[in-house]
Amino acid sequence: MNLDFLKNLSLKEEVLKRLITPEIEDSLARAPKPVGSFGYDPWGYHDNMAKIGMGVAKLLYEKYFRVTASGLENIPKTGRLLVIPNHSGQLPMDGVLIAYALATNPHGPRTPRAMIERFFPTVPYLGNVLNGLGAVIGDPVNCVKMLEADEAIIVFPEGVRGSGKLYKKRYQLQRFGNGFMHLAMAHRTPIVPCGVVGCEETMPAIANIKPLAKLLGIPYAPIAPLLPLPARVHLNFGEPMHFEGDVDHEEEVTARVEQVKNEIRKLIDKGLKERTAIY
Amino acid sequence: MAEKKTVLVTGAAGSLAKRVIARLHGKYQVIAVDFRRKVETDADIPSYKVEIFKRGFEDIFRDHHIDAVIHIGRIFAHENTRQNRYNANVLGTKKLLELCRKYHVGQVIIHSTYFVYGASAYNPALLDEDTPLKASEVTMDLVDSVELESLANIYLWKHPELNITILRPCNVLGPGVRNSMSLLLSRPVAPVLMGFSPLMQFLHVDDMADAMMAAFEQNKPGIYNVAPDDWVAYQEAVTQCGCRKLPLFSIPPVLPKIISGMLNWNAFFPPYLINYFKYPVILDGELFRKTFKWKPKRSLNDIFSYYRKNKLTAA
Repeated sequence: MNLDFLKNLSLKEEVLKRLITPEIEDSLARAPKPVGSFGYDPWGYHDNMAKIGMGVAKLLYEKYFRVTASGLENIPKTGRLLVIPNHSGQLPMDGVLIAYALATNPHGPRTPRAMIERFFPTVPYLGNVLNGLGAVIGDPVNCVKMLEADEAIIVFPEGVRGSGKLYKKRYQLQRFGNGFMHLAMAHRTPIVPCGVVGCEETMPAIANIKPLAKLLGIPYAPIAPLLPLPARVHLNFGEPMHFEGDVDHEEEVTARVEQVKNEIRKLIDKGLKERTAIY
Repeated sequence: MAEKKTVLVTGAAGSLAKRVIARLHGKYQVIAVDFRRKVETDADIPSYKVEIFKRGFEDIFRDHHIDAVIHIGRIFAHENTRQNRYNANVLGTKKLLELCRKYHVGQVIIHSTYFVYGASAYNPALLDEDTPLKASEVTMDLVDSVELESLANIYLWKHPELNITILRPCNVLGPGVRNSMSLLLSRPVAPVLMGFSPLMQFLHVDDMADAMMAAFEQNKPGIYNVAPDDWVAYQEAVTQCGCRKLPLFSIPPVLPKIISGMLNWNAFFPPYLINYFKYPVILDGELFRKTFKWKPKRSLNDIFSYYRKNKLTAA
């Protein structure tokens, strides 16, 4: 029996071949994303890692959470951009799904960037993988330089207040930080609001064990399903909002943030109405 | 014809200084200085072996009318004790800048390093020149680099007539370069930290020499990062240079430092630089590139292929 073919069999290659479909290759090729001679950008993004990430996200997006996305035509094809969604579901699944929607947008794909907690780079492997996928630590310098380089950034202004909230508070927007609005105004960046429906039901938490979270040094320790449940997710992207000019007082910034929150509320309501089945 | 300007170059035995001297030669009167040895130079280039923090150094200023100083000479951490290094790098530079004032030198170029920014998990990418210098937070062994810079900074604003330009290059590599990174990539086996592969920037030593020439000839005092618009992860660079990887456990963080110390890897993977193999220090080199209309001519692949070919010929 001829077993020569086994010599050339590589599990890694087989997995990659199945994961990275031609559509993914095509979307990445069409996205306006400059990289250096070895496929890296200054924040650690790497083409190959992004392809693998998209391959995995595709399964989650299409098969597991069966996402319905609308309003994708509102996402500018080029130029700096802030995507501002509501945050929920304990794990940042909403970020992954929004990122995939952006990266495969039929109206013009964008390479999405996300801001992550500062402790991630200290975790071996994970830090590099997240960087490779396009995530960077949420430092204002990073955000500014990325906007100047015309990147599309997903920012969750609720932060852990949103992702860590309990199920009884579902679809209630928590306090938004004002940072994103300052950046949008200072760097003349359009804001695309986004309403996420469904992620609340992926990991409904009935309580948060604060002492345990403190002990482990993590933001929260919820009593929730161990793995995300396969809830159907609806993403609604709103029209770009423009905020320009200087302000005299922080209250004016907060008022502008409130305008964005109102848009997100409307988009969440739209998603809730569209939804016919939770799972 | 106007008399040629006289330029004093320190660290003349080093590969970068040699290239700078070659570029200056003919157009300018060059004086070569090194503390290690009397450098062999062309007939018309006076060469001195002198330590710049010693008295004999002033004689050079007495004997020649020096118009400009290009200060490249530096003791690397693996070359001497911390005390001697401090004397040479910090006190030596202080002495040099004092002499420049006394003898009315019109221009000083200081060769610094990106190490001064410090490698930290909290570093954003594309550091500007006004980012705080946090290297001394990381290790005592880089205090001399940071202090040399702050010293140069004081002279920069206190004595504008010195026209000081401070250059902070990223990793400089290429034939003859003896810094830690170059020694490391010249080895057949290079240590890597498991789970960490920080992004890095590399510059060919010929491009760095061109950058120093641009800074010297255009004379626009200030502080500049010198780095290309290209990036590569450390472990990829190791592979591209034809090195085999030697993975080290990265946790607990003190472990790779202990290993490096025990195996005496001071020259190429010293304990105090471990963090630079863990976290990226990415420079924004745009200010220099625009101000001096300079662009590196050699690609990352050009740089790596030198190390690759060297290994092939050695094998």
